[in-house]
Amino acid sequence: MNAVSTTVALAYLLAAAGFVVALHLMNSPATARRGSRLSWLGMIVAVAAALTSVIHESTITTTGWIVLGTGIAGGAVAGLVMARRVKMTDVPQVVSIFNAVGGGAAALVAAGGFVRLADGSGIPSRVMIATVLDVIVGPVTFSGSLIAAGKLQGWVSSRPVVFPGARIATAALAVIGIGASCYLLAGNDSIPLLILIACAALGFGVTMTMPIGGADMPVVVALLNSFTGIAVAIAGFVIDNGALIIGGALVGASGGILTVLMAQAMNRSVISVMMGGFGTGDGGSAAGPAVGPGASIRRISAEDAGIQLAYASKVVIVPGYGLAAAQAQHEAAELAAVLAEHATVFFAIHPVAGRMPGHMNVLLAEANVPYPQLKEMEEINPEFARADVALVIGANDVTNPAARRPGSEISGMPILDVDQAKSIIVIKRSMGHGYAGIDNELYANPKTSMYFADAKKAMAELTSAVKTLVA
Amino acid sequence: MTTSLMSDIYMFVLAILIGYEVISKVPSMLHTPLMSASNAIHGIVVVGAIIAASQARTTAGYVLAFVAAFFAAMNVMGGYALTDRMLQMFRKRPGQPTGNGGPGRPEENS
Repeated sequence: MNAVSTTVALAYLLAAAGFVVALHLMNSPATARRGSRLSWLGMIVAVAAALTSVIHESTITTTGWIVLGTGIAGGAVAGLVMARRVKMTDVPQVVSIFNAVGGGAAALVAAGGFVRLADGSGIPSRVMIATVLDVIVGPVTFSGSLIAAGKLQGWVSSRPVVFPGARIATAALAVIGIGASCYLLAGNDSIPLLILIACAALGFGVTMTMPIGGADMPVVVALLNSFTGIAVAIAGFVIDNGALIIGGALVGASGGILTVLMAQAMNRSVISVMMGGFGTGDGGSAAGPAVGPGASIRRISAEDAGIQLAYASKVVIVPGYGLAAAQAQHEAAELAAVLAEHATVFFAIHPVAGRMPGHMNVLLAEANVPYPQLKEMEEINPEFARADVALVIGANDVTNPAARRPGSEISGMPILDVDQAKSIIVIKRSMGHGYAGIDNELYANPKTSMYFADAKKAMAELTSAVKTLVA
Repeated sequence: MTTSLMSDIYMFVLAILIGYEVISKVPSMLHTPLMSASNAIHGIVVVGAIIAASQARTTAGYVLAFVAAFFAAMNVMGGYALTDRMLQMFRKRPGQPTGNGGPGRPEENS
């Protein structure tokens, strides 16, 4: 090892250590931004090390420099534009697209090594195994993430799409991919077969993601994030680079934890989410009565709701998907700010509120809600009993007390104990079902009043009603 | 089995365990920025793209390296820009200066 290659290796180590410390700093909103910047520094160090090593070994051709320079410049501009322009409600789509390109890049790096070595003289088995794995995981992540992004954006139906023979097609693609992989692993370096594996994996990513409903997207995005990390780590095995292995493994672990947490918060197993077919999608859930004919529903006017809120000393706001869909986070924040002048106000945030893990917190932070007001489920549940008013905005299944009893679709799902509050106001567009497709017993509770309106309009009306009372 | 493969496997397994430990402590409030930050970290694949470009000699090699470099750079730059944009919104008090010309009032940043 000469001085340059030692320095380069140490620089990769420094970058990897930076990533670990950066993720550690993410455990508090006060230090998270510093963490993100530290991680950025680590990335710069790693890229500088790679460039140094390439220049030192002077293996790269002029064409190579041009290819690299234009590729990086083009990709950097595309990434920056997307990150700067995206609306906070659309962050899950963009995260999905970055997952897709990360997984795609990992597969291409592995394939590049394969194409270079495939001259009939035999490829070392460690490179072969890692390459084949990468050409499976990478494309699955690529096409799966693009479909997920399309579903989140509404370009692909967010309903579970199941076409006849879908399961057979998925199985057939898996068989083709595995068969071709075995042939390559037996010591044959065939480029057409590698392409066949990549195509089968791309198809598999599509057939895997299509049947998954819109409500399960938090789980899917987290899982694909994990896949991308693993794909990058495997690319690290192909080119024997520690920074890729460590960076990829960290992301694989992070995505894995989030996948399991999300699945738990929805009371589903990861397997059942991936099998798909659950849920009704985004649009169709608004129709049809949700509570049986015997139940009586109390309606409330904006003025009466305003009176309740104006005289409450403790208000817990429960934002759900309806608030995100109506983009009403700014209006909700304004109402909270008005109430906070005379009352204690908290936002109760269920882990799956929004469209990806923790999404609702970002939307409320965007609307300038101070983060000490944002409370996680375990923290806020004991507070409901002391709350004068619980204001539920477009949240459904996560407030349904039926989850506490056995025998319901959502039995065992962790819920917010909204029914413990002294009084409950539910803002909803209609009496439609949530994703689980069952009645919400909360709405029939004698303490509950329903206010049927679009979340954005309702927030504005409640705010002006409260303002006239407290001004 | 070579020593370098063995040490690669050591790194991989230990990094997964460290990742598990570190990330278990992240509150759910920060899960979206966390996912975006980890998203940016897997942009480290850009190092792989640089090495792929340095080894390419054929048209196929150059095409693969170009697309890999494009994807990886998009991943890195987009990932960090988005993470930073989200994290600067988390404030203790409303209207607290962000020091970065970030969104001040709700009506400004739609």
